[in-house]
Parts: sequence; C-alpha cells; structure tokens
Amino acid sequence: MKHAAASYLSGRIFENWEVALSAPDFLVHEAKDTVGVIVVEGVKAGQSLSGWLMETDETLTLAAVDDIPLGHKVALSAIGEGDTVIKYSHDIGKAVAAIATGGHVHVHNVKTKRW
Amino acid sequence: MDKSAFRGYRRENGRVGVRNHVVILPLDDLSNAACEAVANNIKGAMALPHHYGRLQFGEDLELHFRTMIGTGCNPNVAAVVVIGIEPGWTRRIVDGIKETGKPVEGFAIERNGDIATIAAASRKAKEYVHWASGLQRQECALSDLWVSVKCGESDTTSGLASNPTVGNVIDKIDALGATTCFGETSEITGAEQLCATRAATPEVAEKFLKTWNEYNDFILAEKTDDLSDSQPTKGNIEGGLTTIEEKAFGNLEKIGRNAKYIDVLKPAEAPAKGPGLYYMDTSSAAAECVTLQAAAGFVVHLFPTGQGNIVGNPIEPVIKLTANPRTARTMSEHIDLDVSGILRREMNLDQAGDELIDIAIRTAGGRLTAAEVLGHREFVMTKLYRSA
Repeated sequence: MKHAAASYLSGRIFENWEVALSAPDFLVHEAKDTVGVIVVEGVKAGQSLSGWLMETDETLTLAAVDDIPLGHKVALSAIGEGDTVIKYSHDIGKAVAAIATGGHVHVHNVKTKRW
Repeated sequence: MDKSAFRGYRRENGRVGVRNHVVILPLDDLSNAACEAVANNIKGAMALPHHYGRLQFGEDLELHFRTMIGTGCNPNVAAVVVIGIEPGWTRRIVDGIKETGKPVEGFAIERNGDIATIAAASRKAKEYVHWASGLQRQECALSDLWVSVKCGESDTTSGLASNPTVGNVIDKIDALGATTCFGETSEITGAEQLCATRAATPEVAEKFLKTWNEYNDFILAEKTDDLSDSQPTKGNIEGGLTTIEEKAFGNLEKIGRNAKYIDVLKPAEAPAKGPGLYYMDTSSAAAECVTLQAAAGFVVHLFPTGQGNIVGNPIEPVIKLTANPRTARTMSEHIDLDVSGILRREMNLDQAGDELIDIAIRTAGGRLTAAEVLGHREFVMTKLYRSA
C-alpha cells in the first residue's frame, strides 16, 4: 500500500501521508509526568492509544479506559487518592479519587492543593 | 523572507510604529459621544471610548493618566485629538503625549457644548488625517519592533505547542535586541517560584515576588471559597486544564527557555532599561492586559489561544495562533497561524517559531490581522479600586 501510494502521489503528499500514520493520540511533556494530553478528537473507552513523550522523543502505548475529549488528560499509570499529579515535571494538584491507568484525569478527580 | 527587518513608521522620538492611526481620545466617559462624533465625521480617525476618568484618585488615577497618555504616545498612533469635559485634566493628557513630539491638540466641552467642540475637533482631526496619510514607511531593524505576549482561553494545547511557539520567538528576537513584554500576575500562580528564576538579577526576582505576593494577599482577602470559578476559567476547564498550577506552567512557556526579564513594570508603565524582556503586573483578562501593554508602547502582540479567545486591540495588532485543531477548524476566521501540526509531529517548534516571525514581520509591514479585519477593538481600562 505504501509503495502503491508512493508510485502515484507527489513526494510532498506522500510525506504527509506517512507522517499522518505516525501522528500521536496523546502527548506527554516530560519523563517524570504522570499524565498525558489527548490531542485527537473522539477517544473512546477501550481504544488503544499511541503517545509521544516529547522530552525524550519516545513512543508510548496505552489503552483508554474512559471516553476522553481532545485536550483532556489521561493517566499514564494508576494514581491513588491523595497522590500528587505531575505535569511539566511539576506538582499541578492532588488526586481526590483513585484513577486507573488510561483513565480520564480532570476536575472530577484532581484539585489544586492551594485553596 | 528577511527575518531581521520590517517596514514601519519612524516617529518624531525615534520609536517605530506599524500602524498609522489618528486617535480621538476621550479624557473621561462624558466625552465619548463627542469623540465618536468626530470619528464619524472624519474618515480615517478612530475614537477610543472607555468608561472612566471621573473621581478617581491616588494610584488608580495615576494609572488612568498613564494609560491615556501611553495610548496616545504609542508609535502606532500618528497624531491625537484629546477631548475632555474640562480643560485641566485634558491639558495634562495633551502635555504628556506632546513629549513624543507628535501632533496633539486638546478640546474641552464645558463652556462650548458638544456641537461646537465636535466642529473644532473635527477640523483638527481632518488636518491630522491628511498629514498622517502622507507619511511613508521605511526599513527598520527587528530590534525596533516592541512585541508583547499574552495567551487567552488557554487549554492544554497552549502549553504543548502554541505558547512554546511564542517562547521560541521570544528567545530568537531577544537575542536580536528586541524589547518584549509578558504579564498576567494571577496566572503565574503555582509557577511563581519558577517565574522568579527567570529574572535577570536577584533584585528583579525580588521585585517580581513582591508584586506577586501583593496580588496573592489581595486574592486571599477577597476570595470566596477559591478561584475555581475564574482561574481556571470555564473555557480553560472545557479545554482540559484542571488547576491554576497546570495553567501557570503552560502560561510560562510563552517566555521561551533562555530570555531573562530585566525589570518588573507597573501596569501601563513604559520600559526604561533598554532592550530585553519585561514583566508587567497585569490582569490576566485579555483586553485589559493588551490595553496596558499597548499603553506601555508595544506595537505588535502575539496571542496564543486554545479554545479561541477572539480579542483585538484598536491600536496594537493582535496576532492569533492556536495549536488546537478543533479551534483552527471551527474558528478559522480568527486564527492568523495554525500550529496544530506540532501535535501531529508535522512541524517542530523551531519551524513554528519561524512562521510566527514571518507573520509578525508581515503584520508589522501592514498586513491586517484577523482581529483587525473582524473589527475587534477591545479597549479596556484597568481600574484598581472604587472611585471617590
């Protein structure tokens, strides 16, 4: 299929076609982070996701256990109630409920520690 | 494209503007109607109506004058007609703007009435528009371009891509000797210690932390339960931002990796320490922040958005970029640069930064921004406390 496409598409379009295959479903800022960000629309529970860890340029895989909207966070591993949530290698708040690996992380289960 | 020069209007005081406005500036709320009538009479003149200017006092009054005078002094403004209810404070604004050497004249309504004032001010505005329309752009170095930044309706894509794209530009033009500015005191909350490490000297870091602490004390005194209804905003939360800390770390991506801020400015205060990055104490509300930065003399604004903040400013062009593919698709008329390709690994930050510099240079040369074409002229004064 790849060869067939290459034979009749221009180089530029072919390049984009190839890049599109490797476009990630979620991005992670730094290696210490415990959450990633969904960057595609319509992620459903059970879907297998590919991720890009930007700091080290690694590829990650994960299965979503919830429907997660574009821009919302996914747990990279299980997060216990009271655990600190790490993004940008920094403390962005605490879990107020347990979150499973691949779970939706947002205001229903994470709060700031500040107020 | 040459990334080191642009074509701008060099003003009497040496500063360079990218627009050539003739502004009809009201001293106070009462003078808005006369200013709007003059702008209606004279094509090419622009009124800047606002809500304040009566019975303010102390630091709040100082900020009012600083904003009014600074707006008139901005090099994107060729000439100014000031209209006030009475001559004393009108004169104070005229004298402040006159220091730049640009044409400015004031008109007071008391003892004249609106109609005679509008007639006299319209004649002066016509003279200014004819004069300004004959001015020519000339080649200027990129270091003459004063650039401000502020993000709005942020989401997680802001911290991943659109804010780092602005940061990439800040790092590149800081090295070329540009004058740049960021602010948003409330949205640094959670990342205030990280922000303090980006100050050029311990004294500047201390000045920043003093400013931030004063803001935080005010929030603690006035807060209800917390800031959850306002920081993050409903739009931020819809876009996936959960806490103020998460928003703050994403916000700070706008100042890049290398640039250090060399001073902390009061709201609308003009930079006075030469080229470099400046921190300004501002609200995080888009229109208030951009209005203060324009009043400090910044001539082009870079505005990354996630969910789609549509703000513009009457005198400082606001360039919009987004990395959110849904915003780029559903609100395309508001977006000057789509950097969602970063999320798909189709472009890297360095390429996105270069594209943003290209658009900034074209905007500086006269290309209208989406916000300008759509008529976004949000001119919003910051008020510090109740009037007398």
